[in-house]
Amino acid sequence: MDLIRIKNVEKKYKNGVTAIYDLNLAIEKGSFVFIIGGSGSGKSTLIKMLYREEKPTRGQIIVGGRDVAKLRDRKVYLIRRKMGIVFQDYRLLPKLTVFENVAFALECIGEKKDEVRRKVLKALEDVGLKNKVHNYPDQLSGGEQQRVAIARAIVNDPKLLLCDEPTGNLDPKMSMEVMKVLDDINKQRGTTIIMATHDEKIVNKMKKQVIALKDGHLVNFKQKGTYNNEAI
Amino acid sequence: MKLFRMLGRSIRDAFKSVIRNFSLSLASISCITITLIIVTVAIIATFNVQNFTKEIEKDMTIVVFLDSDATEEDVENVKESLDKIGNVDDYTYQTKLEIKEQMQAESEVFNTVLSNFDENESPLKDTFQVKVKEIEKIKQTAEKIEKLDKVSIVRYGEGMVDKMITAFDSIKKVTYGIVLALILVTIFLIVNTIKLTISARKKEIGIMRLVGASNFTIKTPFIIEGMILGAFGSIVPIIITTYGYMAFYNHFNGYLFSELIKLIKPEPFIYNVSLIVLGIGILVGMIGSAGAVRRYLKI
Repeated sequence: MDLIRIKNVEKKYKNGVTAIYDLNLAIEKGSFVFIIGGSGSGKSTLIKMLYREEKPTRGQIIVGGRDVAKLRDRKVYLIRRKMGIVFQDYRLLPKLTVFENVAFALECIGEKKDEVRRKVLKALEDVGLKNKVHNYPDQLSGGEQQRVAIARAIVNDPKLLLCDEPTGNLDPKMSMEVMKVLDDINKQRGTTIIMATHDEKIVNKMKKQVIALKDGHLVNFKQKGTYNNEAI
Repeated sequence: MKLFRMLGRSIRDAFKSVIRNFSLSLASISCITITLIIVTVAIIATFNVQNFTKEIEKDMTIVVFLDSDATEEDVENVKESLDKIGNVDDYTYQTKLEIKEQMQAESEVFNTVLSNFDENESPLKDTFQVKVKEIEKIKQTAEKIEKLDKVSIVRYGEGMVDKMITAFDSIKKVTYGIVLALILVTIFLIVNTIKLTISARKKEIGIMRLVGASNFTIKTPFIIEGMILGAFGSIVPIIITTYGYMAFYNHFNGYLFSELIKLIKPEPFIYNVSLIVLGIGILVGMIGSAGAVRRYLKI
Protein backbone atom coordinates (compact mmCIF):
# COMPACT_ATOMS: atom_id res chain seq x y z
CA MET A 1 0.00 0.00 0.00
CA ASP A 2 1.28 3.43 -0.88
CA LEU A 3 0.84 6.09 1.75
CA ILE A 4 1.99 8.87 -0.53
CA ARG A 5 1.56 9.15 -4.27
CA ILE A 6 2.93 12.13 -6.14
CA LYS A 7 1.86 12.58 -9.76
CA ASN A 8 3.19 15.12 -12.25
CA VAL A 9 3.90 17.66 -9.56
CA GLU A 10 5.44 20.95 -10.50
CA LYS A 11 6.16 23.82 -8.14
CA LYS A 12 6.92 27.25 -9.37
CA TYR A 13 7.30 30.04 -6.84
CA LYS A 14 5.83 33.47 -7.42
CA ASN A 15 9.27 34.94 -7.97
CA GLY A 16 9.62 32.73 -11.04
CA VAL A 17 11.92 30.09 -9.57
CA THR A 18 10.86 26.54 -10.35
CA ALA A 19 11.68 24.29 -7.39
CA ILE A 20 10.25 20.99 -8.63
CA TYR A 21 9.85 19.82 -12.23
CA ASP A 22 7.33 17.09 -13.05
CA LEU A 23 7.86 14.79 -10.08
CA ASN A 24 6.38 11.29 -9.85
CA LEU A 25 6.83 9.24 -6.71
CA ALA A 26 5.17 6.59 -4.57
CA ILE A 27 6.13 5.96 -0.97
CA GLU A 28 5.00 2.83 0.80
CA LYS A 29 3.40 2.71 4.19
CA GLY A 30 5.89 1.99 6.96
CA SER A 31 8.98 2.90 4.97
CA PHE A 32 11.88 5.11 6.00
CA VAL A 33 12.91 7.41 3.17
CA PHE A 34 15.73 9.92 2.92
CA ILE A 35 15.41 12.81 0.54
CA ILE A 36 18.87 14.02 -0.36
CA GLY A 37 20.21 16.77 -2.53
CA GLY A 38 22.23 19.94 -2.35
CA SER A 39 20.79 23.28 -1.40
CA GLY A 40 18.24 24.46 -3.94
CA SER A 41 17.53 20.90 -5.05
CA GLY A 42 13.90 21.13 -3.96
CA LYS A 43 13.91 18.80 -0.96
CA SER A 44 12.50 21.35 1.45
CA THR A 45 9.84 22.34 -1.09
CA LEU A 46 8.84 18.71 -1.43
CA ILE A 47 8.47 18.32 2.33
CA LYS A 48 6.53 21.59 2.55
CA MET A 49 4.13 20.42 -0.12
CA LEU A 50 3.57 17.18 1.79
CA TYR A 51 2.30 19.05 4.84
CA ARG A 52 0.58 21.58 2.63
CA GLU A 53 2.57 24.61 3.66
CA GLU A 54 3.10 25.11 -0.07
CA LYS A 55 0.67 24.20 -2.83
CA PRO A 56 2.00 22.60 -6.03
CA THR A 57 1.46 24.63 -9.18
CA ARG A 58 0.38 21.46 -10.98
CA GLY A 59 -0.25 17.80 -10.23
CA GLN A 60 -1.56 15.62 -7.43
CA ILE A 61 -0.14 14.86 -4.02
CA ILE A 62 -2.13 12.12 -2.39
CA VAL A 63 -1.39 11.50 1.27
CA GLY A 64 -3.41 8.75 2.92
CA GLY A 65 -6.06 8.84 0.18
CA ARG A 66 -6.58 12.61 0.24
CA ASP A 67 -5.36 15.03 -2.41
CA VAL A 68 -3.42 17.53 -0.35
CA ALA A 69 -2.96 19.83 -3.34
CA LYS A 70 -6.69 20.45 -3.55
CA LEU A 71 -7.17 20.99 0.18
CA ARG A 72 -8.56 24.38 1.15
CA ASP A 73 -6.61 26.56 3.55
CA ARG A 74 -9.35 26.24 6.11
CA LYS A 75 -9.18 22.45 6.08
CA VAL A 76 -5.39 22.09 6.28
CA TYR A 77 -5.54 21.30 9.98
CA LEU A 78 -7.28 18.02 9.20
CA ILE A 79 -4.20 16.53 7.51
CA ARG A 80 -1.80 18.08 10.00
CA ARG A 81 -3.43 15.99 12.71
CA LYS A 82 -2.47 12.86 10.83
CA MET A 83 1.22 13.74 10.49
CA GLY A 84 4.09 14.86 12.67
CA ILE A 85 6.64 17.43 11.54
CA VAL A 86 10.17 18.00 12.85
CA PHE A 87 12.42 20.91 11.89
CA GLN A 88 16.07 21.76 12.08
CA ASP A 89 15.43 24.48 14.67
CA TYR A 90 13.25 22.30 17.00
CA ARG A 91 10.54 25.01 17.35
CA LEU A 92 9.88 24.47 21.04
CA LEU A 93 8.17 27.06 23.23
CA PRO A 94 10.83 28.33 25.64
CA LYS A 95 8.44 29.18 28.46
CA LEU A 96 6.93 25.71 28.63
CA THR A 97 8.49 22.61 30.20
CA VAL A 98 9.27 19.50 28.18
CA PHE A 99 6.00 17.94 29.29
CA GLU A 100 3.99 21.07 28.48
CA ASN A 101 5.62 21.44 25.08
CA VAL A 102 4.56 17.95 24.09
CA ALA A 103 1.15 18.30 25.73
CA PHE A 104 0.59 21.55 23.79
CA ALA A 105 0.11 19.56 20.57
CA LEU A 106 -2.70 17.55 22.12
CA GLU A 107 -4.33 20.43 23.97
CA CYS A 108 -4.56 22.34 20.70
CA ILE A 109 -6.76 19.64 19.23
CA GLY A 110 -8.92 19.33 22.33
CA GLU A 111 -7.68 16.07 23.84
CA LYS A 112 -8.90 15.11 27.32
CA LYS A 113 -6.58 15.83 30.23
CA ASP A 114 -5.91 12.25 31.36
CA GLU A 115 -5.42 11.15 27.74
CA VAL A 116 -2.95 14.00 27.27
CA ARG A 117 -0.96 12.88 30.29
CA ARG A 118 -0.87 9.25 29.21
CA LYS A 119 0.10 9.95 25.61
CA VAL A 120 2.72 12.58 26.48
CA LEU A 121 4.49 10.29 28.95
CA LYS A 122 4.44 7.46 26.43
CA ALA A 123 5.92 9.69 23.68
CA LEU A 124 8.61 11.03 26.01
CA GLU A 125 9.48 7.48 27.02
CA ASP A 126 9.82 6.52 23.36
CA VAL A 127 12.38 9.26 22.79
CA GLY A 128 14.18 8.46 26.05
CA LEU A 129 13.46 11.68 27.92
CA LYS A 130 11.19 10.48 30.68
CA ASN A 131 13.59 11.81 33.31
CA LYS A 132 13.53 15.36 31.91
CA VAL A 133 9.80 16.03 31.89
CA HIS A 134 10.01 19.08 34.13
CA ASN A 135 13.03 20.71 32.50
CA TYR A 136 12.78 23.74 30.26
CA PRO A 137 14.15 23.59 26.70
CA ASP A 138 17.16 25.79 27.48
CA GLN A 139 18.29 23.30 30.11
CA LEU A 140 18.62 20.56 27.48
CA SER A 141 21.25 19.73 24.87
CA GLY A 142 20.45 20.20 21.21
CA GLY A 143 19.93 16.50 20.70
CA GLU A 144 17.57 16.35 23.65
CA GLN A 145 15.62 19.35 22.39
CA GLN A 146 15.24 17.70 19.01
CA ARG A 147 14.00 14.55 20.74
CA VAL A 148 11.38 16.65 22.54
CA ALA A 149 10.31 17.98 19.16
CA ILE A 150 10.09 14.41 17.88
CA ALA A 151 8.02 13.42 20.90
CA ARG A 152 5.66 16.30 20.12
CA ALA A 153 5.44 15.15 16.50
CA ILE A 154 4.58 11.55 17.38
CA VAL A 155 2.42 12.15 20.46
CA ASN A 156 -0.79 11.94 18.45
CA ASP A 157 0.44 8.67 16.89
CA PRO A 158 0.50 9.92 13.28
CA LYS A 159 0.93 7.65 10.27
CA LEU A 160 3.53 9.95 8.76
CA LEU A 161 6.52 11.74 10.24
CA LEU A 162 8.14 14.46 8.13
CA CYS A 163 11.62 15.66 9.12
CA ASP A 164 13.26 18.63 7.47
CA GLU A 165 17.00 18.44 8.24
CA PRO A 166 16.46 17.30 11.83
CA THR A 167 20.17 16.83 12.43
CA GLY A 168 21.23 20.05 10.73
CA ASN A 169 22.13 21.80 14.00
CA LEU A 170 23.59 18.79 15.80
CA ASP A 171 27.07 17.31 16.14
CA PRO A 172 27.59 13.74 14.82
CA LYS A 173 27.10 12.09 18.20
CA MET A 174 23.81 13.85 18.90
CA SER A 175 22.74 13.24 15.30
CA MET A 176 23.12 9.50 15.80
CA GLU A 177 21.06 9.72 19.01
CA VAL A 178 18.26 11.36 17.04
CA MET A 179 18.57 8.88 14.17
CA LYS A 180 18.30 5.97 16.57
CA VAL A 181 15.11 7.42 18.02
CA LEU A 182 13.64 7.89 14.53
CA ASP A 183 14.60 4.35 13.54
CA ASP A 184 12.92 2.98 16.68
CA ILE A 185 9.75 4.92 15.96
CA ASN A 186 9.74 3.57 12.39
CA LYS A 187 10.17 0.00 13.58
CA GLN A 188 8.02 -0.02 16.70
CA ARG A 189 5.14 2.25 15.73
CA GLY A 190 5.27 1.49 12.00
CA THR A 191 5.27 5.23 11.29
CA THR A 192 6.31 6.18 7.78
CA ILE A 193 9.26 8.56 8.02
CA ILE A 194 10.40 10.96 5.33
CA MET A 195 13.54 12.85 6.16
CA ALA A 196 15.25 15.51 4.11
CA THR A 197 18.97 15.75 4.81
CA HIS A 198 22.35 16.44 3.27
CA ASP A 199 24.27 14.55 5.93
CA GLU A 200 26.22 11.98 3.93
CA LYS A 201 27.35 9.89 6.91
CA ILE A 202 23.87 9.37 8.25
CA VAL A 203 22.47 8.25 4.92
CA ASN A 204 25.29 5.84 4.32
CA LYS A 205 25.06 4.38 7.78
CA MET A 206 21.28 3.89 7.94
CA LYS A 207 20.90 2.04 4.62
CA LYS A 208 17.34 3.16 3.95
CA GLN A 209 15.49 4.15 0.78
CA VAL A 210 16.98 7.21 -0.81
CA ILE A 211 15.35 9.76 -3.08
CA ALA A 212 17.93 11.98 -4.73
CA LEU A 213 16.89 15.35 -6.12
CA LYS A 214 18.94 17.68 -8.25
CA ASP A 215 17.74 21.11 -9.34
CA GLY A 216 14.14 20.03 -8.96
CA HIS A 217 14.47 16.76 -10.86
CA LEU A 218 14.30 13.25 -9.43
CA VAL A 219 17.64 11.65 -10.29
CA ASN A 220 17.58 8.52 -8.22
CA PHE A 221 15.27 6.39 -6.08
CA LYS A 222 17.02 3.43 -4.52
CA GLN A 223 16.30 0.84 -1.85
CA LYS A 224 19.13 0.69 0.68
CA GLY A 225 20.76 3.61 -1.03
CA THR A 226 23.82 5.58 -0.22
CA TYR A 227 24.72 9.20 -0.67
CA ASN A 228 26.16 9.35 -4.15
CA ASN A 229 28.00 12.57 -4.72
CA GLU A 230 28.32 12.00 -8.42
CA ALA A 231 24.63 11.69 -8.97
CA ILE A 232 23.70 14.95 -7.31
CA MET B 1 -17.53 18.52 26.02
CA LYS B 2 -14.64 19.11 23.66
CA LEU B 3 -15.99 22.51 22.73
CA PHE B 4 -16.18 23.55 26.39
CA ARG B 5 -12.65 22.33 26.96
CA MET B 6 -11.39 24.36 24.03
CA LEU B 7 -13.39 27.38 25.12
CA GLY B 8 -12.01 27.16 28.65
CA ARG B 9 -8.51 27.01 27.23
CA SER B 10 -9.20 30.04 25.04
CA ILE B 11 -10.50 32.08 27.97
CA ARG B 12 -7.47 31.13 30.08
CA ASP B 13 -5.11 32.10 27.25
CA ALA B 14 -6.95 35.37 26.69
CA PHE B 15 -6.61 36.41 30.35
CA LYS B 16 -2.95 35.40 30.32
CA SER B 17 -2.37 37.54 27.27
CA VAL B 18 -4.13 40.56 28.80
CA ILE B 19 -1.85 40.31 31.84
CA ARG B 20 1.28 39.55 29.86
CA ASN B 21 0.85 42.65 27.66
CA PHE B 22 -0.37 44.69 30.58
CA SER B 23 0.70 48.17 29.48
CA LEU B 24 -0.81 47.72 26.07
CA SER B 25 -4.00 46.26 27.48
CA LEU B 26 -4.21 49.19 29.86
CA ALA B 27 -3.90 51.63 26.96
CA SER B 28 -6.73 49.93 25.09
CA ILE B 29 -8.87 49.69 28.19
CA SER B 30 -8.44 53.39 28.97
CA CYS B 31 -9.32 54.31 25.44
CA ILE B 32 -12.43 52.17 25.56
CA THR B 33 -13.23 53.76 28.93
CA ILE B 34 -13.03 57.29 27.59
CA THR B 35 -15.06 56.42 24.51
CA LEU B 36 -17.69 54.63 26.51
CA ILE B 37 -18.04 57.51 28.97
CA ILE B 38 -18.91 59.80 26.09
CA VAL B 39 -21.12 57.13 24.55
CA THR B 40 -22.88 56.73 27.88
CA VAL B 41 -23.52 60.45 28.23
CA ALA B 42 -24.85 60.46 24.68
CA ILE B 43 -27.10 57.49 25.40
CA ILE B 44 -28.48 59.05 28.57
CA ALA B 45 -29.06 62.35 26.78
CA THR B 46 -30.77 60.66 23.86
CA PHE B 47 -33.07 58.65 26.08
CA ASN B 48 -33.98 61.73 28.10
CA VAL B 49 -34.62 63.82 25.02
CA GLN B 50 -36.78 61.04 23.63
CA ASN B 51 -38.59 60.77 26.93
CA PHE B 52 -39.48 64.42 27.23
CA THR B 53 -40.38 64.80 23.58
CA LYS B 54 -42.84 62.03 24.18
CA GLU B 55 -44.16 63.83 27.25
CA ILE B 56 -44.57 67.03 25.29
CA GLU B 57 -46.10 65.19 22.38
CA LYS B 58 -48.63 63.67 24.73
CA ASP B 59 -49.76 67.15 25.74
CA MET B 60 -49.96 68.38 22.20
CA THR B 61 -53.51 68.88 20.92
CA ILE B 62 -55.34 70.33 17.97
CA VAL B 63 -57.89 72.87 19.04
CA VAL B 64 -60.92 73.04 16.72
CA PHE B 65 -63.36 75.97 16.90
CA LEU B 66 -66.73 75.58 15.24
CA ASP B 67 -68.74 78.34 13.59
CA SER B 68 -70.89 80.36 15.99
CA ASP B 69 -74.08 79.24 14.27
CA ALA B 70 -73.29 75.52 14.53
CA THR B 71 -76.31 73.53 15.63
CA GLU B 72 -76.31 70.40 17.75
CA GLU B 73 -76.71 68.38 14.57
CA ASP B 74 -73.60 70.00 13.11
CA VAL B 75 -71.67 69.12 16.24
CA GLU B 76 -72.75 65.49 15.88
CA ASN B 77 -71.60 65.55 12.24
CA VAL B 78 -68.18 66.86 13.21
CA LYS B 79 -67.85 64.20 15.91
CA GLU B 80 -68.66 61.50 13.36
CA SER B 81 -66.12 62.89 10.90
CA LEU B 82 -63.42 63.07 13.59
CA ASP B 83 -64.03 59.40 14.41
CA LYS B 84 -63.32 58.58 10.77
CA ILE B 85 -59.91 60.32 10.66
CA GLY B 86 -57.29 57.64 11.30
CA ASN B 87 -54.74 59.74 13.15
CA VAL B 88 -57.25 61.03 15.72
CA ASP B 89 -56.66 59.30 18.99
CA ASP B 90 -59.19 60.97 21.25
CA TYR B 91 -61.06 64.25 21.62
CA THR B 92 -63.03 66.21 24.19
CA TYR B 93 -65.90 68.50 23.34
CA GLN B 94 -66.95 71.64 25.19
CA THR B 95 -69.93 73.85 24.34
CA LYS B 96 -69.47 77.58 24.23
CA LEU B 97 -71.47 77.93 27.47
CA GLU B 98 -69.22 75.51 29.29
CA ILE B 99 -66.17 77.43 28.15
CA LYS B 100 -67.72 80.68 29.26
CA GLU B 101 -68.33 79.32 32.75
CA GLN B 102 -64.85 77.90 32.89
CA MET B 103 -63.28 81.20 31.92
CA GLN B 104 -65.37 83.13 34.37
CA ALA B 105 -64.28 80.83 37.13
CA GLU B 106 -60.64 81.18 36.11
CA SER B 107 -60.26 84.92 36.06
CA GLU B 108 -61.84 88.02 37.55
CA VAL B 109 -61.36 90.05 34.36
CA PHE B 110 -63.09 87.47 32.17
CA ASN B 111 -65.84 87.21 34.75
CA THR B 112 -66.62 90.92 34.49
CA VAL B 113 -66.49 91.02 30.73
CA LEU B 114 -68.49 87.88 30.15
CA SER B 115 -71.21 88.65 32.71
CA ASN B 116 -72.53 91.25 30.22
CA PHE B 117 -73.96 88.34 28.26
CA ASP B 118 -77.11 86.39 29.13
CA GLU B 119 -76.86 83.07 30.85
CA ASN B 120 -77.67 81.26 27.57
CA GLU B 121 -75.52 83.45 25.39
CA SER B 122 -71.78 83.24 24.74
CA PRO B 123 -69.44 85.15 22.43
CA LEU B 124 -67.23 82.10 22.32
CA LYS B 125 -67.30 79.06 20.08
CA ASP B 126 -67.94 75.37 20.56
CA THR B 127 -64.56 73.70 20.84
CA PHE B 128 -62.98 70.29 20.28
CA GLN B 129 -59.61 69.35 21.77
CA VAL B 130 -58.22 66.62 19.54
CA LYS B 131 -55.31 64.35 20.47
CA VAL B 132 -53.43 62.66 17.66
CA LYS B 133 -51.69 59.30 17.52
CA GLU B 134 -48.66 60.36 15.47
CA ILE B 135 -47.28 63.80 16.19
CA GLU B 136 -45.38 63.91 12.87
CA LYS B 137 -48.68 63.85 10.97
CA ILE B 138 -50.33 66.54 13.07
CA LYS B 139 -50.20 69.00 10.18
CA GLN B 140 -52.05 66.77 7.72
CA THR B 141 -54.63 65.89 10.34
CA ALA B 142 -55.24 69.56 11.15
CA GLU B 143 -55.70 70.29 7.45
CA LYS B 144 -58.24 67.49 7.15
CA ILE B 145 -60.20 68.79 10.12
CA GLU B 146 -60.16 72.31 8.72
CA LYS B 147 -62.03 71.09 5.62
CA LEU B 148 -64.93 69.71 7.65
CA ASP B 149 -68.30 71.46 7.53
CA LYS B 150 -68.91 74.19 10.12
CA VAL B 151 -65.32 74.18 11.30
CA SER B 152 -64.04 77.74 11.49
CA ILE B 153 -60.56 77.75 12.99
CA VAL B 154 -57.99 75.00 13.64
CA ARG B 155 -54.93 75.62 15.81
CA TYR B 156 -52.11 73.28 16.78
CA GLY B 157 -49.12 75.55 17.52
CA GLU B 158 -47.84 75.12 13.96
CA GLY B 159 -44.42 76.77 13.92
CA MET B 160 -43.35 75.64 17.37
CA VAL B 161 -44.09 71.97 16.79
CA ASP B 162 -42.33 71.81 13.46
CA LYS B 163 -39.25 73.55 14.82
CA MET B 164 -39.11 71.30 17.85
CA ILE B 165 -39.34 68.14 15.79
CA THR B 166 -36.52 69.21 13.45
CA ALA B 167 -34.38 70.39 16.38
CA PHE B 168 -34.68 67.07 18.17
CA ASP B 169 -33.97 65.29 14.93
CA SER B 170 -30.71 67.14 14.37
CA ILE B 171 -29.64 66.69 18.00
CA LYS B 172 -30.17 62.98 17.56
CA LYS B 173 -28.17 62.90 14.32
CA VAL B 174 -25.23 64.79 15.83
CA THR B 175 -25.03 62.52 18.87
CA TYR B 176 -25.23 59.43 16.68
CA GLY B 177 -22.42 60.82 14.54
CA ILE B 178 -20.16 61.48 17.53
CA VAL B 179 -20.84 58.08 19.05
CA LEU B 180 -20.15 56.33 15.75
CA ALA B 181 -16.87 58.19 15.23
CA LEU B 182 -15.69 57.34 18.74
CA ILE B 183 -16.57 53.70 18.30
CA LEU B 184 -14.57 53.57 15.08
CA VAL B 185 -11.52 55.07 16.85
CA THR B 186 -11.84 52.48 19.59
CA ILE B 187 -12.09 49.64 17.11
CA PHE B 188 -8.93 50.90 15.43
CA LEU B 189 -7.09 50.90 18.77
CA ILE B 190 -8.23 47.41 19.62
CA VAL B 191 -7.11 46.19 16.21
CA ASN B 192 -3.64 47.48 17.04
CA THR B 193 -3.56 45.97 20.52
CA ILE B 194 -4.58 42.56 19.26
CA LYS B 195 -2.14 42.86 16.37
CA LEU B 196 0.67 43.25 18.88
CA THR B 197 -0.45 40.27 20.94
CA ILE B 198 -0.62 38.26 17.75
CA SER B 199 2.94 39.17 16.79
CA ALA B 200 4.08 38.40 20.35
CA ARG B 201 2.68 34.92 19.96
CA LYS B 202 3.70 34.27 16.38
CA LYS B 203 5.84 31.27 17.24
CA GLU B 204 3.11 29.69 19.29
CA ILE B 205 0.59 30.21 16.48
CA GLY B 206 3.00 28.63 13.99
CA ILE B 207 3.33 25.55 16.17
CA MET B 208 -0.42 25.40 16.69
CA ARG B 209 -0.90 25.31 12.95
CA LEU B 210 1.72 22.59 12.56
CA VAL B 211 0.15 20.28 15.10
CA GLY B 212 -3.28 20.65 13.54
CA ALA B 213 -5.16 23.21 15.61
CA SER B 214 -8.23 24.37 13.72
CA ASN B 215 -8.57 28.01 12.73
CA PHE B 216 -11.33 28.33 15.29
CA THR B 217 -8.99 27.20 18.07
CA ILE B 218 -6.30 29.64 16.99
CA LYS B 219 -8.59 32.64 16.56
CA THR B 220 -10.88 32.30 19.55
CA PRO B 221 -8.37 33.35 22.27
CA PHE B 222 -7.71 36.63 20.47
CA ILE B 223 -11.37 37.37 19.99
CA ILE B 224 -12.05 36.60 23.65
CA GLU B 225 -9.13 38.86 24.56
CA GLY B 226 -10.81 41.70 22.69
CA MET B 227 -14.06 41.01 24.50
CA ILE B 228 -12.25 41.06 27.87
CA LEU B 229 -10.67 44.42 27.03
CA GLY B 230 -14.11 45.73 26.08
CA ALA B 231 -15.69 44.44 29.29
CA PHE B 232 -12.93 45.94 31.47
CA GLY B 233 -13.23 49.20 29.58
CA SER B 234 -16.92 49.46 30.42
CA ILE B 235 -16.47 49.14 34.21
CA VAL B 236 -15.63 52.80 34.88
CA PRO B 237 -18.34 54.17 32.56
CA ILE B 238 -20.89 51.95 34.28
CA ILE B 239 -19.87 53.21 37.72
CA ILE B 240 -20.03 56.78 36.46
CA THR B 241 -23.48 56.21 34.98
CA THR B 242 -24.89 54.63 38.07
CA TYR B 243 -23.66 57.16 40.62
CA GLY B 244 -23.39 60.15 38.32
CA TYR B 245 -26.91 59.97 36.98
CA MET B 246 -28.38 59.34 40.39
CA ALA B 247 -26.59 62.38 41.81
CA PHE B 248 -27.63 64.44 38.80
CA TYR B 249 -31.25 63.38 39.17
CA ASN B 250 -31.35 64.09 42.89
CA HIS B 251 -29.64 67.44 42.50
CA PHE B 252 -32.29 68.69 40.07
CA ASN B 253 -35.15 66.89 41.81
CA GLY B 254 -36.01 65.09 38.61
CA TYR B 255 -36.54 68.19 36.47
CA LEU B 256 -34.14 70.05 34.22
CA PHE B 257 -34.44 73.87 34.07
CA SER B 258 -38.22 73.83 34.24
CA GLU B 259 -41.16 71.59 35.02
CA LEU B 260 -41.45 70.97 31.31
CA ILE B 261 -38.32 68.82 31.01
CA LYS B 262 -38.79 65.80 33.19
CA LEU B 263 -35.82 63.45 33.67
CA ILE B 264 -36.18 59.68 33.49
CA LYS B 265 -36.35 58.03 36.92
CA PRO B 266 -32.95 56.43 37.66
CA GLU B 267 -34.15 53.15 39.07
CA PRO B 268 -34.53 50.74 36.19
CA PHE B 269 -33.06 53.22 33.71
CA ILE B 270 -29.42 53.21 34.91
CA TYR B 271 -29.33 49.42 34.98
CA ASN B 272 -30.57 49.24 31.42
CA VAL B 273 -28.02 51.83 30.34
CA SER B 274 -25.25 49.93 32.16
CA LEU B 275 -26.19 46.77 30.32
CA ILE B 276 -26.21 48.59 27.01
CA VAL B 277 -22.78 50.09 27.75
CA LEU B 278 -21.36 46.70 28.72
CA GLY B 279 -22.85 45.25 25.55
CA ILE B 280 -21.31 47.96 23.39
CA GLY B 281 -17.93 47.50 25.12
CA ILE B 282 -17.88 43.76 24.51
CA LEU B 283 -19.16 44.11 20.97
CA VAL B 284 -16.62 46.78 20.07
CA GLY B 285 -13.83 44.63 21.55
CA MET B 286 -15.03 41.66 19.58
CA ILE B 287 -15.31 43.51 16.28
CA GLY B 288 -11.86 45.04 16.75
CA SER B 289 -10.15 41.76 17.54
CA ALA B 290 -12.00 39.89 14.81
CA GLY B 291 -10.74 42.50 12.36
CA ALA B 292 -7.18 42.16 13.65
CA VAL B 293 -7.33 38.37 13.52
CA ARG B 294 -8.54 38.47 9.94
CA ARG B 295 -5.92 40.93 8.85
CA TYR B 296 -2.84 39.75 10.69
CA LEU B 297 -3.44 36.04 11.09
CA LYS B 298 -3.23 34.76 7.56
CA ILE B 299 -4.95 31.45 7.97
